[in-house]
Amino acid sequence: MDLLETFLTAAVRVATPLLLAALGEAIAERAGVINLGIEGAMLAGALGAALGATAGGPLLGIAAATAAGLGISLLFAVVAVRFRTNQIIAGTAVTLAAIGLTGAIYREAYGAEGVGLSLPTLGVLPVPGLSRIPVLGEALFAQSPLTYAAYLLVACCWWLLYRTSWGLGLRAAGEAAEHARASGVAVERVRMIAVLIGGALAGLAGASLVLAQVGTFAEKMTAGRGFIAIAIVVLGGWHPVRVALAALCFGAAMALQFLFQSFLLGVPYQLFLMLPYLLTLLVLAGAWGRTRAPADLGRT
Amino acid sequence: MPRDPTLRRLGQALRTPVLAVMIGLAVLVIGLAAAGYPPLPALAALWRGALGTPDAVLSALLPRAIPLILIGLGIGLAFRAGAFNIGAEGQFYAGAIAATWVGLTLGAWPRLVAVPTVLLAGCAAGLAWAAVPALLRVRFGVLEVISTLLLNFVAEALVSWMVLGPLQESKHTYPQSDPLPLAARLPQLPGSRLHLGLAVALCLALALWLFGRRTLAGFQLRAVGLNPAAARVMGGVRPERFFAAALLISGAFAGLAGASEVSGTTFALFQNLSPGFGFTGIAVALLARLHPLGIVATGLLFAGLEAGAGAMQRDAGVPAVAVYVVEAVVILTIVLADPAARRTGVAAPNPAGR
Amino acid sequence: MPAPLLTLAAIRKRYGSTEALRGADFSLAHGEIHALLGENGAGKSTLMKIAFGLVQPDGGRILVDGAEVTIRNPLAARRLGIGMVHQHFMDIPVFTVAENIALAAGWPPGGRGLRDRVRRLAEEAGLPLDPDALAGELSAGLRQRLEVLKALAGEARILLLDEPTSVLPPSEADTFLGLVQRLRDRGVATILITHKLQEALAVADRITVLRAGVVVRTSAAGAERADTLATAMLGSAPGRPAGRIRAAAGDVVIGVYDLVIPAATGGGTGVRSASFQIRAGEVVGLAAVEGNGQRELLRALAGLVPPTHGTIQVTGPVSFIPEDRTSEGQVGEFSLTENLVLSQGRAAPWVRRGWLDWAAARRRAGELLERFDIRAPDPDVAAKLLSGGNQQRQIIANAMERRPRVLLAENPGRGLDLRATMEVYDRLRHAAADGAAVLVHLPDLDDLLEVADRILVLAGGELIPMPEGAPRDLIGRAMLGTSVVAAAG
Repeated sequence: MDLLETFLTAAVRVATPLLLAALGEAIAERAGVINLGIEGAMLAGALGAALGATAGGPLLGIAAATAAGLGISLLFAVVAVRFRTNQIIAGTAVTLAAIGLTGAIYREAYGAEGVGLSLPTLGVLPVPGLSRIPVLGEALFAQSPLTYAAYLLVACCWWLLYRTSWGLGLRAAGEAAEHARASGVAVERVRMIAVLIGGALAGLAGASLVLAQVGTFAEKMTAGRGFIAIAIVVLGGWHPVRVALAALCFGAAMALQFLFQSFLLGVPYQLFLMLPYLLTLLVLAGAWGRTRAPADLGRT
Repeated sequence: MPRDPTLRRLGQALRTPVLAVMIGLAVLVIGLAAAGYPPLPALAALWRGALGTPDAVLSALLPRAIPLILIGLGIGLAFRAGAFNIGAEGQFYAGAIAATWVGLTLGAWPRLVAVPTVLLAGCAAGLAWAAVPALLRVRFGVLEVISTLLLNFVAEALVSWMVLGPLQESKHTYPQSDPLPLAARLPQLPGSRLHLGLAVALCLALALWLFGRRTLAGFQLRAVGLNPAAARVMGGVRPERFFAAALLISGAFAGLAGASEVSGTTFALFQNLSPGFGFTGIAVALLARLHPLGIVATGLLFAGLEAGAGAMQRDAGVPAVAVYVVEAVVILTIVLADPAARRTGVAAPNPAGR
Repeated sequence: MPAPLLTLAAIRKRYGSTEALRGADFSLAHGEIHALLGENGAGKSTLMKIAFGLVQPDGGRILVDGAEVTIRNPLAARRLGIGMVHQHFMDIPVFTVAENIALAAGWPPGGRGLRDRVRRLAEEAGLPLDPDALAGELSAGLRQRLEVLKALAGEARILLLDEPTSVLPPSEADTFLGLVQRLRDRGVATILITHKLQEALAVADRITVLRAGVVVRTSAAGAERADTLATAMLGSAPGRPAGRIRAAAGDVVIGVYDLVIPAATGGGTGVRSASFQIRAGEVVGLAAVEGNGQRELLRALAGLVPPTHGTIQVTGPVSFIPEDRTSEGQVGEFSLTENLVLSQGRAAPWVRRGWLDWAAARRRAGELLERFDIRAPDPDVAAKLLSGGNQQRQIIANAMERRPRVLLAENPGRGLDLRATMEVYDRLRHAAADGAAVLVHLPDLDDLLEVADRILVLAGGELIPMPEGAPRDLIGRAMLGTSVVAAAG
């Protein structure tokens, strides 16, 4: 396998959790809810995946991760949507709660100063035929099943948003909640469900981080990936397919770190750690004027 | 209910925060019990760590309160103006780095000059760190929530680089800076770790309180946070200026907190210098309903909680991170219980009022 | 005789301390146009929102075809064949016409199927509309048309029209009313909510008058006369201001030359070319259909929006009364004192070198309560707790406190009842009598003609000054200017 393929494969692997989380956040934001708790939901998903996988293998890990993501985002949905509190503050608090909870539970479950925890992970499952495509085949189709699930979910989300009445109502709720209500959309319920979908996907994102990328759990291991997902949603213009592309670009930027680190030995590695965040800021500055946020995003 | 209207108002103002803290502690107790810790010894350890001995107060609670109060004051100001500064953590680190660098460079200066210079360097760095999101917001419309958050991670990586690179100690063994020279250190109360930063924080709290209550600019800032469109149309002010200024000043406060932590408590820069001050600062500000004098009280309260949590971990084996859950519950209770706080200038994410 | 199509019996609804409906009875027969008259605050909109499931009544019964029903939400109303056209456009501006209709009717979105379905619906109703056009880019008349199509797409047998002509220019309003009559011939029964007597008399079969939450009169339209209806609406003869005070015109205090202003976000034409002068002591009416540049022009004169071209010469101080009280005219959470302080800025006597003397400001706010008849217990009460009329009094008081040479008012009667509206108009005239130049925009041309000494028309962003005493239909036609072309295209 040559260097380019290695790089691309790493890019897609790194992008998968971002893609899953961003897709979920896009659904929530399309409904008019900005959920900063997604970072917490992802973290909870990661711990859920670790606990589940320890207890009953990767599949249980995935299920536990989804449930954990749902649970955390249910808390957010109730506080921010049902009781109409400020979404930014509620999201920050929910993430804070998730950091505390996961940290405490992790120490309880695996001992105070975690010895490198090693988990049963999802192996790579090459798709017959497709993975033989030159250059891109390996990167796109020799990944963990969760990556394929992510591809499928992109299509599902697109279909949901643009081809179902429910999705039309969801988009209306995000654009003009009052008007949507007058057209018979149950705005609160739609937003609750959208946030829960986002939470489940964030949980899955945590699972893919733990089970398909890192193979272990550490406190605060999501390291802002949930927040990056929010930025990716902006870059992708709130459209599932473009969000997926933006996530892949971002994965590439993060994978670039590994590439650079092995080449540019003199440069401190921390500079590469900063790179994705700085890049995001740069792209956001450039992208903002050209994409349009749902008009009622963040309005309580 | 007391008859005196001032007392009654105070009572009403305190009701929600007290309720929030009680619910937060109740959640902690339930969590402890559920996880199989006997709650009473754990709470006793919490109490000992926070207020049990004069030493706990002077060397654990009060020093811990200083950065929390400073950051809380800044966040309170930013939130008042409708600017969601979630990046105090990064601004704190920016201030700490600048203070360390300046402190190490100025070793030979007299203390009376060196210490203020170190603190001002921290302010300037925090302000500069906040200037990026302010500019991105006003110029390009990038939500400050996202940009301040992202810059936290950049700042953490920057600290990591500093303590392994340019600012690493001369022996090059540990990932930390050399200790600051005496001249660059804030004076401490003899026999304790309490330093002069507390006085600075208290003065600033008083100043901010006067600014908000007695000056036209402070009043206009509040109007901008509550209703930027009305502030512009009726008040003739430029909301984006107040918004940006509040963001910058809150960055300066967080930077000052970083400088005072290095110059008064740790005397050196290292990774994880902040145990999440930037996020706790949000809880501090919200619990005080953004009131500067209230922030002093809530800063002390959270410092007590965190100092106590450390003791709880040492003495009762309860993970100290659990205190984050308490903070989260406090924030959520406040926003749920207080209809005013729910919408305080926060619903309108557009400072330009367009 | 068949049961009425829709019956609202003894409907009661209370909002906080105000009783919006106190046992209102109303019935709609098959195939009729039934006008529901009443002034602002009489409870018309509340009654219709109850019939459409947007508001739940506190008491009373609703019957459709003689069977009692509960209408929990708009979805339930739609299933019963009830469609509503709201006072303000209720579309999603970034959705296409087809998507908006799909949303209202519960049709699956996307694809050619939907587009054909929408086109068929539009043709059958005799209301052609491009399915792919974005709702936000339609003219006011076409947007109203979209609202009707949305209701019809839900197979409405009962159409509730809430002040449908208030956002339309005069000739489009006539077209629209003609359309309602055509729909009646197809068997759609309509409730037409309006406060315009002539409109009700012109198209309705029956007229019901609602006053202070109860029905005071229901009768066949043919037997009614405007003056008796007006008495029924208002309770006593309407108190219009007696005669107008006409101040001698003074110096030119507003001078505008070759002005160009970009459109505000949210569409509209902006100002494409405007040149005019206004003298002290004049009340000048700005006539324009929504989105034709009046918003931008008033804001540019107030110094809130920079023009891209041209010059504005305004002699200060300038006071601006924005259309939207709650979002721009005041900070609702602030007390009356605080709103006064906000509105007066740095030049106020209670500001000294940036420091505030709250006691002095509070004293002045108390004086203004009295002078402007603002009904509030004290100046410490939050502005949002006042009634709409008192909020507007406070905003006007704050505007006058600046001793303006130029007073700009954007639909200052919005949402007020007739008495409060008349009082506002009176204040504007008094400001002119005291030597200010007043430029006022009102959406209703008749109101504007009553208040103003002369009229400026803004149509498609072009400003056309009307001669003093210009007849109503000339002004009405000028208002259509280019926008009528857009609507026909």
